[in-house]
Amino acid sequence: MISGGLDSMLAARTIQEQGIHVEGINFFTGFCVEGHTHAIREKDKAKPKRNNSLWVAEQLGIKLHIVDVIEEYKNVLLNPKHGYGQHMNPCLDCKIFMVNKAKQWIVENDFDFIITGEVIGQRPMSQRKATMPIVARESGADDLLLRPLCAKNLPATLPEREGWVDREKLHDITGRSRKPQMAMAKDFGIDEYSQPAGGCCFLTDKYYSAKLVDLWKARDSREYELDDVMLLKVGRHIRPQPHYKLIIAREEGEGRFLEGYKKDYISMKCVSHQGPLVLIDGTIAAEDLYLAASITARYGQGREAEQVEINVLYQDGAERCLQVKPMLEQDIPKAWFI
Amino acid sequence: MTREVLNARRLLCPLPVIRTQDKVKKMQPGDQLEVICTDPGVMQDIPTWCRINGHKVLELLSGDHEYTVILEVGDDKLNKLPIDLTM
Repeated sequence: MISGGLDSMLAARTIQEQGIHVEGINFFTGFCVEGHTHAIREKDKAKPKRNNSLWVAEQLGIKLHIVDVIEEYKNVLLNPKHGYGQHMNPCLDCKIFMVNKAKQWIVENDFDFIITGEVIGQRPMSQRKATMPIVARESGADDLLLRPLCAKNLPATLPEREGWVDREKLHDITGRSRKPQMAMAKDFGIDEYSQPAGGCCFLTDKYYSAKLVDLWKARDSREYELDDVMLLKVGRHIRPQPHYKLIIAREEGEGRFLEGYKKDYISMKCVSHQGPLVLIDGTIAAEDLYLAASITARYGQGREAEQVEINVLYQDGAERCLQVKPMLEQDIPKAWFI
Repeated sequence: MTREVLNARRLLCPLPVIRTQDKVKKMQPGDQLEVICTDPGVMQDIPTWCRINGHKVLELLSGDHEYTVILEVGDDKLNKLPIDLTM
């Protein structure tokens, strides 16, 4: 299982050193959106981020199979048996789910066992001594799950007992220190690697999690689609009323990204002055339009004007124009910002 | 040899790569695929994916906020990258 970080890279390399054919597998949940902000925002387009799992696979000289698990992952996020971490991150259930998917994949593709870069004590929720057997058992991988970086601290797995893998050449790393991995990378001649430290999943992000919870609360439902997940990462989110919120592009790239959603959402844009594209998420009533338009006006170049003209575009192509006074910054309550 | 077009506009990486991967699985060696995207990340991610999976990038095009990768499907059975353990 290749995450794109150093540990899984070292785990795969450790097994390759024993002359074993390794292929990588990586899962896309919809929340592994590390490169998305770069892809959207105009200022970052000159330096698009690489996909680290692909990069690692190329460094290792192995194939990489990226699997879309967006739909199946919903149940993991919505009903985590082992609960959430600090935010909306169901890390232990996520690990169990991914190892289970990897187990299914190796059976279908005639592989013999699974390697992960897990290290005992590395992560507070999913990589503890107590959780290692839980992941193996509840994923169904059992002793086909080999953790080369800390294998010597765990009972021997089937690949070790059968002699497919030489246990003596595996490792005994524990704890949160990165020094053993960095030393191992140096030994392998690996001098470039990413250090995501859990940051490759937006569910570990306090602000992202708050927006997700807000969305569920406003809709009175925890159902979500990939577009919801993406839009939470884009723009400034302001909720003046429980039944709708504004998603306001912060720059040109975000505006272009939001343009793609104009057929799915009511949108607003200032036409008398330069201003951002704004999507309205929710069911906005006619009496809410003026307030939404005055907030839209606040973020355009006409913010100091007495009155500006805001175009409202509906999903069916119908339009209307509103003359509004831009809202003053101090009049937008902080509680409206999600 | 057939040539197909994959519309991956509005998708952010790695989804264009996943859609490319899934499409290529159904194609034959020598077939060509034109992938049209709006995420500039594809300009490095799809070529990387092609290199590690034995497919050939024929052309990379960009303009008007769109990015197009044209690739030729390789023979999967021949795709065994040499493992350089001295890196």
